[in-house]
Amino acid sequence: MAELLQFISSGLTVGAIYALVALGFTLIYKASDIINFAQGEFVMLGGMTTVFVTLAGVPLPLAALIAVVSTTAIGVALHRFAIEPARGASPVALIMITIGASIFLRGVAQIVFDRRFHSLPPVFGADPIQFGGAAILPQSLVVLASATVIVTVLWLFIERTLLGKAVIATAANRLAARLIGIDTRRVVALSFAVSAAIGAIAGILITPIALTSYDAGTLLALKGFAAAMLGGIGSAPGAVVGGLLIGMMEAFAAGYISSNYKDAVAFLIILAVLLSIPQGLFGRAKVERV
Amino acid sequence: MMILEAERLSVSFGGVRAVDEVSIAVEAGQVFSIIGPNGSGKTTLFNLVSGIYTPNHGSIRFAGETVTGLEPDRLARRGLSRTFQNLQIFLRMSVLENVMVGHHRHEDTGILADLMHWPSVRRQNAATREVALAALARVGLADDAGQASGSLSYGALKRLEIARALASDPKLLLLDEPAAGCNPVETQEIDRVIRSLVRDGITVMLVEHDMRLVMNISDRVHVLARGRTLAEGTPEEVRSNAAVIEAYLGDHGAKEAVRAFG
Amino acid sequence: MPAIVIAALIAILPLLFPSAYYYRIGVLVFVFALAVVGLNLLMGFAGPVSLGPAGFLGIGAYSVAIGPVHLGMPSWLCLLGGALLSGAIAFLVGRPILKLKGHYLAVATLGLGLLLAIVLTNEARWTGGPDGMSVPRLVLFGWSVRGATTWYWIAGATFVAGFVLALNLMDSPTGRALQAIHDSEIAARVLGIDVARKKLAIFVISAIYASVAGSFLALFNGYITPDAAGFLRSIELVAMVVLGGMGSIVGSLVGAIVLVVLPQVLTVFHDYEQALLGLIVMVFMIFLRRGIVPSLAVALAGWRK
Ligand SMILES: Nc1ncnc2c1ncn2[C@@H]1O[C@H](COP(=O)(O)OP(=O)(O)O)[C@@H](O)[C@H]1O
Ligand SMILES: [Mg+2]
Repeated sequence: MAELLQFISSGLTVGAIYALVALGFTLIYKASDIINFAQGEFVMLGGMTTVFVTLAGVPLPLAALIAVVSTTAIGVALHRFAIEPARGASPVALIMITIGASIFLRGVAQIVFDRRFHSLPPVFGADPIQFGGAAILPQSLVVLASATVIVTVLWLFIERTLLGKAVIATAANRLAARLIGIDTRRVVALSFAVSAAIGAIAGILITPIALTSYDAGTLLALKGFAAAMLGGIGSAPGAVVGGLLIGMMEAFAAGYISSNYKDAVAFLIILAVLLSIPQGLFGRAKVERV
Repeated sequence: MMILEAERLSVSFGGVRAVDEVSIAVEAGQVFSIIGPNGSGKTTLFNLVSGIYTPNHGSIRFAGETVTGLEPDRLARRGLSRTFQNLQIFLRMSVLENVMVGHHRHEDTGILADLMHWPSVRRQNAATREVALAALARVGLADDAGQASGSLSYGALKRLEIARALASDPKLLLLDEPAAGCNPVETQEIDRVIRSLVRDGITVMLVEHDMRLVMNISDRVHVLARGRTLAEGTPEEVRSNAAVIEAYLGDHGAKEAVRAFG
Repeated sequence: MPAIVIAALIAILPLLFPSAYYYRIGVLVFVFALAVVGLNLLMGFAGPVSLGPAGFLGIGAYSVAIGPVHLGMPSWLCLLGGALLSGAIAFLVGRPILKLKGHYLAVATLGLGLLLAIVLTNEARWTGGPDGMSVPRLVLFGWSVRGATTWYWIAGATFVAGFVLALNLMDSPTGRALQAIHDSEIAARVLGIDVARKKLAIFVISAIYASVAGSFLALFNGYITPDAAGFLRSIELVAMVVLGGMGSIVGSLVGAIVLVVLPQVLTVFHDYEQALLGLIVMVFMIFLRRGIVPSLAVALAGWRK
């Protein structure tokens, strides 16, 4: 029982991070049909920037703010200088551009920062809270609470603001959105900005638990992408559920099978799900029209 | 002999009954046309018959055998071919290559032979080429064989699809709006092609809005409205059917309808 | 015709090589180009995207390592065995996976590649784990194959063979069917093409290409690590296909040349290597989005007019 609780808590914690990464994928995909493989680098940049700015003597909250703002700026720049000029390129070419961007950002990070592992102090200390026999890190609760807040704010923004409605309209039908006067280019730019910000926050949140380094983004992007697909690409609730599911699967696989094979189990289950429900858990099946 | 019999076919998409209890029987060697306003389910009926959609209810018999739910490629290998209202051209291939693909079901080389380019493959390529050139000649595109398919006009692409379907040597050919977007000369050409097909014993199912073409060429006309059968009969019977005139061209007024039906 | 030109170039080029180092680069180019031709047959001609081709590269590579070391089998037999194994795995998993479309297919192939890489990393008893293992030399008829010059000729000849087979395939009933599937699956199906079967066939063939390339890579380097099967290797292969030109067999060679030679050149920039590589991939894809060879062909056609 205690063991189960332990796995659930650690599963939910990493799952929340995967969910945030998946949400980033989903936002950009909704607005532009692009799968942004540099999403993992946003997470890495959030963590690494905070680490190095605090090392320079800046207090943690301010450092975190600087990290989020600068990562957001990088997200916008990515859109402006790499995605926008490639408008109309094939989906594979666009995937390669974002992968190129991710290699580029990784390369820059190892020059600007370094190639070592780094951590941040947890917000509420490192002493585990005992709960039903399981030891739960306070930072886990911080991660879960923050992820919940982010998802809620994002949901409110989309549902309650005019700009949010513009995003929905763009996602539903780009041409129609343009015809009623929505600047879809700005909507896409916005989606990159928000995705970058969410990624950066995820990176700051997880660094006290999981460490970070210049190349931490790759695996996160893969897991986040898988989570988004598991939920059904383009579905925000799907992204969150997919992320949490993958986090849990990993935790259980690591606990009951072997931590070496935790990544394998996650991908095996994703394959199994995709092969039985080809459109993902929350996606809609499409009939090809001719 | 009936080459195609469909019994009470139905299919719906998200609550919309695109085809609703439609039954048809197509006599071999005839031209069987389906008409109806836009959205009345003509293309959907073709999609059902050619195996692209699976009916929710009903059954289909082709050449005396039940084929309900059979995959399109299996149907094609039994001799059913079609063209598309929204063109489905292989745009990266030349005009000739497009039509060569049509002959695929008669080609019988294995993948190993294909990789090694054994003599059997060379013979096959040459034979397929001949068939494709002949099919192109039939639709009047012989001179364009070497062109990139993307460089043809819309009307020519429509005929390219017919040639491609012909290269499969079908028993039954489904043509979905072959004359849409064609000028009168091209429409005349399509009329001529269809007649020549019938002479060769190919059964043709035709969806078409050009009433003159339909009425001239069809043996039977089946009228759909909102997915349901409205009427069926010879062109004369359909032409004089009051319900057809009213429902089919309701907004245009009867006078224009009469003109449309010639 | 292009095959003869390329074979001639491969034969003449060494006259210009100032050192053995150039032979080494040549071998790497041929080996990668071989895998890329196979991947291009799948992605460029038939259409299905694969983000996990390195998985099969890894199988080929580890076959010629594990077979001789642990099972005492001759390398050449292991090379064939690896190709057979890759083909068999592709055959088994291909049918369900290839039913997926677009990004779902991308993530499934990605997952497949990662799974293979994870197995190679974790079965340390057989594979040496993350540190990898050394690969015994290839011995043919009692002759031990060594040295970059020898490998240059072997890899060059194998590449030309793979190149010719690919060209043959495209000019055959199967090749036409594959190209048709790429442009319109629906039209291909109503013309009697068993789309699932054709896709499976080309998936198997491309896995075999990758596997053979992997075996060569391992035998040539004499050492192998799980990176050979990893995500970055997969991405590198896909980048070579896209950069050279999807659906261009000659492009596969060009893509391999660019992405093998470029990092060698960039090593002089030390720390900036990765950043520059990423930047170059982005710039190429933005400005030559159809790939180098097709873009050049279009430019040339325009210039002739
Ligand atoms: N794949 C599909 N998904 C949803 N609706 C469809 C699909 N195919 C056809 N329909 C609907 O079925 C109806 C009939 O369409 P269609 O057969 O194309 O009409 P027609 O060819 O007579 O103009 C339309 O309302 C169309 O929107
Ligand atoms: Mg229609």
